[in-house]
Amino acid sequence: MILRRPFFWLILIFAAAFIYFPVHSHDVPLREDLVLVAIAIILASNLNLMIGYTGYVNFGHIVFYGLGGYIGLYLVSVRGWNLVLAALTAGLAVSLCALVFGLGILRLRGAYFALATIGVLEAVKAFVANFNPWGRSTGMYLSFEAYQTLGGAMRALWIDYYLIVGVMALSLILSLSIKISKFGLGLFAIRENEDAATVLGVNTTVYKAIIYSLSAFLPAVAGALVFYKNAMIDPFVAFEFMLSLEGIVMLMLGGQGSVTGAALGAAMYERLRSTLLTSPKLSDFHLVIAGGLLLIVVLFAPGGLIGWLYRLVPRSREVIE
Amino acid sequence: MIDGLLIGSIYGLAAMGLSLIWGVMNVINLTHGATIALGMFGIYLLYTATGASPYLLLLPVIGGGLILGIVVYWVAIHWVIGRPMLMSLLSTFAINMMIIGTGTAVWSTSPYNVNFNLPGVTVGKYTFTGNHIAAASAAVVIAWALQLFLYHTRPGKAIRAVADNREAAELMGISSTAVLAIAFGIGIALAAASGALVSTLFPFTILSGAVYQLKSFVVTVLAGLGKPFGALVAGVLLGLLEGVVTPFIAVSWIPLIEFGLFVVVLVAFPRGIFGRITA
Repeated sequence: MILRRPFFWLILIFAAAFIYFPVHSHDVPLREDLVLVAIAIILASNLNLMIGYTGYVNFGHIVFYGLGGYIGLYLVSVRGWNLVLAALTAGLAVSLCALVFGLGILRLRGAYFALATIGVLEAVKAFVANFNPWGRSTGMYLSFEAYQTLGGAMRALWIDYYLIVGVMALSLILSLSIKISKFGLGLFAIRENEDAATVLGVNTTVYKAIIYSLSAFLPAVAGALVFYKNAMIDPFVAFEFMLSLEGIVMLMLGGQGSVTGAALGAAMYERLRSTLLTSPKLSDFHLVIAGGLLLIVVLFAPGGLIGWLYRLVPRSREVIE
Repeated sequence: MIDGLLIGSIYGLAAMGLSLIWGVMNVINLTHGATIALGMFGIYLLYTATGASPYLLLLPVIGGGLILGIVVYWVAIHWVIGRPMLMSLLSTFAINMMIIGTGTAVWSTSPYNVNFNLPGVTVGKYTFTGNHIAAASAAVVIAWALQLFLYHTRPGKAIRAVADNREAAELMGISSTAVLAIAFGIGIALAAASGALVSTLFPFTILSGAVYQLKSFVVTVLAGLGKPFGALVAGVLLGLLEGVVTPFIAVSWIPLIEFGLFVVVLVAFPRGIFGRITA
């Protein structure tokens, strides 16, 4: 079923391009740029599951990424686990936490839910900043020897890159498969009118808890992989409220509710930010420009780039999900 | 503990602005932190320029906040009223980014402080700094002025009418757009005033507003969204809580307690701890 969708193959080609170009040219700076883009896509497309599909604004999405990073780094550096196993464990553990938390805070709707997610983020951040085994506010470091198990730092970083691209592809495939499933239809019903969805027999409590927990899994895995690459983590980098909000900006820019929209917005915003930050004249004003852009999208094109494309070329809906 | 009480009144003032805007137009104002920071820098600039008492300079800061708020309302808020929640969240956040971005470019993120001290008051073996007392009294006076405005003047009554029921208020001949713009201006002015008061107590950077914004969220939720006077009381309670627990546990644990409380109150008492009393 999903194999018959042209978009599924587009995702694979897209991911293959991410692997092919830096490997072919042995271009490490290009790889580093692409890592940032891939992370942005992972965060935005999983956030899209909550905001775009279900209509619940999650301000604290970054908490999954940070917690995943902490658990992953802890397992690799202190317990000496294998990277893949550690990342998967981090993903599962964070998903489970999200499920438990979700059953509580998903009873709230609209703005109340949005506020609660800020509370969860700040509470977790404060907890981690005081948690002794995780180095409190100074965080944790990964010793250089940890890379030896994957054949030296250089090889380890390439392997890590392949894994991150893999997680990116999985994020997009997850978004697509939810979108075309009956489960996805239930989520859309919740987004349009939650009470009507309940009346029509959608078990909204279960649906919302599942999607909240699903949207936590891949960001947590990605967090473990990314902080393995950075070899250090502290609460302020891991749980940055700003990054959480930037995820929302990416989603709006591209078009919420659309798989391509989330990816496109993420890639564009990330490139824009990098360009602005590295340009000597504009680096001070990158927030001003990003803010202005966001305001224009919100006021004049609430469907984002994809919404604009759909209006312009209605038939594009059939291929671009 | 008394210190906590005094600081709490400033938390309360900041939260009142947030709460007023929420109550009148159902908008969570994410520019709140940025405006608090602007209030701090407003006092800093005026104080270095004129050398007058910061508490006197509060008046121009409040006036500036009012004007800024009305401008922001027309640029960003007016178009998204009545559209999904996400839109107003994002448009206020966009303004926030622009203010913080400009502020960072102008003042960088290094700390500033307003070098002004009032003589302290000694009661028994405790000494309270003059600035704390003056700031807290100013906060109470502003809150009282707001109370008078909302309950005893025509524009104030119009704001309450629009908050209660916008359609009905329009049918009674109240121009709801103007009322919303003024209410937003007042909310921003309150935020700027609280920032101005904070600036006389602690050093600050352009990013410090974010801390007080988060505390305002906590306070607003404790009081129940959209209840400005509940917010003042809840702010004092929060300050008191900080003052009471500080001797017993490390300061770094306080955010965990505050935000834990925040989430629990949201889930268990979504109408605030005063939900039943102040309807």
